[in-house]
Amino acid sequence: MGRFVARRLLQMIPVFIGTTLLIFLMVYSLPGDPVKALFGSKAADPATVARLRHEYGLDKPLLQQYWDYITGLFQGDFGQSFTGRPVADLMAEAFPVTIRLALFAFAIEVVFGIGLGVLTGLRRGKFLDQAVLIFTLIVVSIPVFVLGNMAQFLIGVKWKLVTPTVQDSTDLSQLILPAVVLALLSLAYVTRLTRTTVAENLRADYIRTAVAKGLPRRRVVGVHLMRNSLIPVVTFLGTDLGMLMGGAIITEGIFNVPGVGNTLYHAVITSEGPTVVGVVTVLVLVYLVSSLVVDLLYAVLDPRIRYA
Amino acid sequence: MRGGRRARAMVALGGLVFAMAAAGCGGGGGVPAGWVRASWGDPQNPLEPANTNEVQGGKVLDMIFRGLKRYDPRTGAAVNMLAERIGTRDSQNFTITVKSGWTFSNGEKVTAKSFVDAWNYGALLDNKQKNASFFEYIDGYEKVHPAAGAASARTLAGLVVKDERTFTVRLRTKFSTWPDTLGYTAYAPLPRAFFDDHRAWLKKPVGNGPYTIDSYTRGSAMRLSRWDGYRGPDRAANKGVELRVYTDNNTAYTDLQAGNLDLVDDIPSTQLKNVTKDLDGRYINQPAGIIQTLDFPMYRAEWNRPGMEKVRKGLSMAINREQITTQIYRRTRTPATDWTSPVLGEKGGYRAGLCQDACTYDPGRARRLIEEGGGLPGGRVTISSNVDNGSHRLWMDAVCNSINNALGNDRSCTVNPIGTFADFRNQLSDERLDDMFRSGWQMDYPLIQNFLQPLYYTDASSNYGKFSDPAFDRLIDAANSRTSTAGAIAEFQEAETVLARQMPAIPLWYQNGSAGYSEKLSGVMLNPFSVPVYERITVK
Repeated sequence: MGRFVARRLLQMIPVFIGTTLLIFLMVYSLPGDPVKALFGSKAADPATVARLRHEYGLDKPLLQQYWDYITGLFQGDFGQSFTGRPVADLMAEAFPVTIRLALFAFAIEVVFGIGLGVLTGLRRGKFLDQAVLIFTLIVVSIPVFVLGNMAQFLIGVKWKLVTPTVQDSTDLSQLILPAVVLALLSLAYVTRLTRTTVAENLRADYIRTAVAKGLPRRRVVGVHLMRNSLIPVVTFLGTDLGMLMGGAIITEGIFNVPGVGNTLYHAVITSEGPTVVGVVTVLVLVYLVSSLVVDLLYAVLDPRIRYA
Repeated sequence: MRGGRRARAMVALGGLVFAMAAAGCGGGGGVPAGWVRASWGDPQNPLEPANTNEVQGGKVLDMIFRGLKRYDPRTGAAVNMLAERIGTRDSQNFTITVKSGWTFSNGEKVTAKSFVDAWNYGALLDNKQKNASFFEYIDGYEKVHPAAGAASARTLAGLVVKDERTFTVRLRTKFSTWPDTLGYTAYAPLPRAFFDDHRAWLKKPVGNGPYTIDSYTRGSAMRLSRWDGYRGPDRAANKGVELRVYTDNNTAYTDLQAGNLDLVDDIPSTQLKNVTKDLDGRYINQPAGIIQTLDFPMYRAEWNRPGMEKVRKGLSMAINREQITTQIYRRTRTPATDWTSPVLGEKGGYRAGLCQDACTYDPGRARRLIEEGGGLPGGRVTISSNVDNGSHRLWMDAVCNSINNALGNDRSCTVNPIGTFADFRNQLSDERLDDMFRSGWQMDYPLIQNFLQPLYYTDASSNYGKFSDPAFDRLIDAANSRTSTAGAIAEFQEAETVLARQMPAIPLWYQNGSAGYSEKLSGVMLNPFSVPVYERITVK
């Protein structure tokens, strides 16, 4: 187990360097000069532009810029955005917001998705199963911006049950609506996925054995059935958490959440290299860690899987 | 037991959610009575007057600073604010007297030195201020801000403090309307605290305007309360303003409808159809100091040879401005008939119809003129612009359609969309565009000079099409050396008729500013820069 984790952690290093280099090259090969664009529609003063370019190291060769960036990164320095703010500060503002929203959405997804999936899997073909099937089909087929705007208009503006936008992202009651909208799509997937595996495993030999042994139903479902059924679901949830952490540009936009998605979007639009690379670097780390956690969870769920 | 482990994991997850909920309680929503909640966006830079060139930061500076002059929100005329007198005999040497009794909100007196220090700071290359070029008219600018190399002087030679309330300014050339430029925030005075502890000042800027900054949470909101020690003529009529950050104007509009916000100063174009009904008339739509034009690359020989002015005029006459502004913009743009803006007013130099026939839709004459001029270069023309924001793609398609219809050829005009503004910018300054391109000009100050000189004077800073005409330059020089404003304006308009003859840029439309507000507010208005005049808003 320990060796497996160590090997995976070592594998992260080339993946990390490769992705950051790729992103770095891509952002810096975007056409246009971000420093000149800071001047808006006014003509950029060449002397000031030269000073700013020098300050941000943009006058050096690209590979040297990358080297400077990476060495800075290992000292915990994410560099400076073109508007003179440390990128670390920008991320320190955006990430907590997104983490709150993502965990909230994730919790909804796990509780309701798995719950509904198990219920419908156990009652295959019954009314509840049909109703949930229709619900999940609707959710999957409606684009998120339609869902978001509709929920916002009905619940926030028409019925005034919650504030239509997030005024204060530390207030969880305001995050309910965006979190639900964000969670709905994955919730539908989780429900379908759980239902299928539960229904399939229900016919497996070991379940029949467990029932024949005279185990109580709670134990049959809760331990024997669930543990085997959750493996594909956990895989999905692991990658989904990584995706949620990356921020949801559309949902964040609709509900005015100042999270990672918004920050990244604006950074890309304005060719803000340091910010894009910084944020994506952190996201790459989040992905790598969450996929490692998923792999470790397999072993917990299925004792037959061993890592050495 | 294995089940126990999972149960513990669930409890831990639940606990995390609840801990977050508990930590998140408190804070939130409302503002005290008498406050205005207005839409806003995070400023691009830290708030320094000479470094803020975008509207969001400008809003705040306009609330916490007062300069020598201020533009009347209604007429756009520059009226004295801190200036007691600005005198000159030759339109080149000015003596400025600052009114007594003004202080910064930290108690420091506003003196002649507050201005001179601020301007020297703004002009110096080492400080990398984006508005440094506003000081280029002052003598000695080339020493503190050379085009290449290091600065050879720290202060502008043209600025001299005479006594506590008086300083003199020597300009590089004659510039009769220069005092009227002083309403721009780049010319604001700065307290000693700005220079002594710059970091602390940036965290909490101190100014001399009707509001002071209470707090700022990036990405969320800035709170500005009325400064009760303010002695100026324009004390705030409300107790304070909360500027709330919105990344999307649709969201702000939704909040306005839900009663969560009092003032939105940019109505999303998709809502224009319903806005009067939605807001029950609490909607403002008035000219802003912005003009959109299509410029010709005069650096290309095929556009610059004699006779081509006919083609350029013909293209202008082929554009049905009336239809496009009504159908696409729902009258939030007005067809342009000169190269300035209605916010200047007749007295300020705006003259409706100066462009005459050349800006009137007439497809028949358009076709004839283009033929007489030798036709489009290569038989076709493209329109270039960035398409990453605004409705550029939409109107460009409409303009091309209009031209194609007038010329009876579906292929004579095509759109060349450019992905990002930064890229468009680069292609412009590298002179890589061979055909018409979009140009939008937002005025720095409501002066006719600002609509002409930076855009069409030979080698001027924003003259991207490289238009050059000796007659135009001569008239601008003459206007600048006039001592009377009225005389200067007549000469500027004379210069504008050169544009009407040469048509280096097709005036498309004047852009309007828009705003919507809640039932709680009254006295809402926009200034000529289409920024709400916050201090005049009263709250029910």
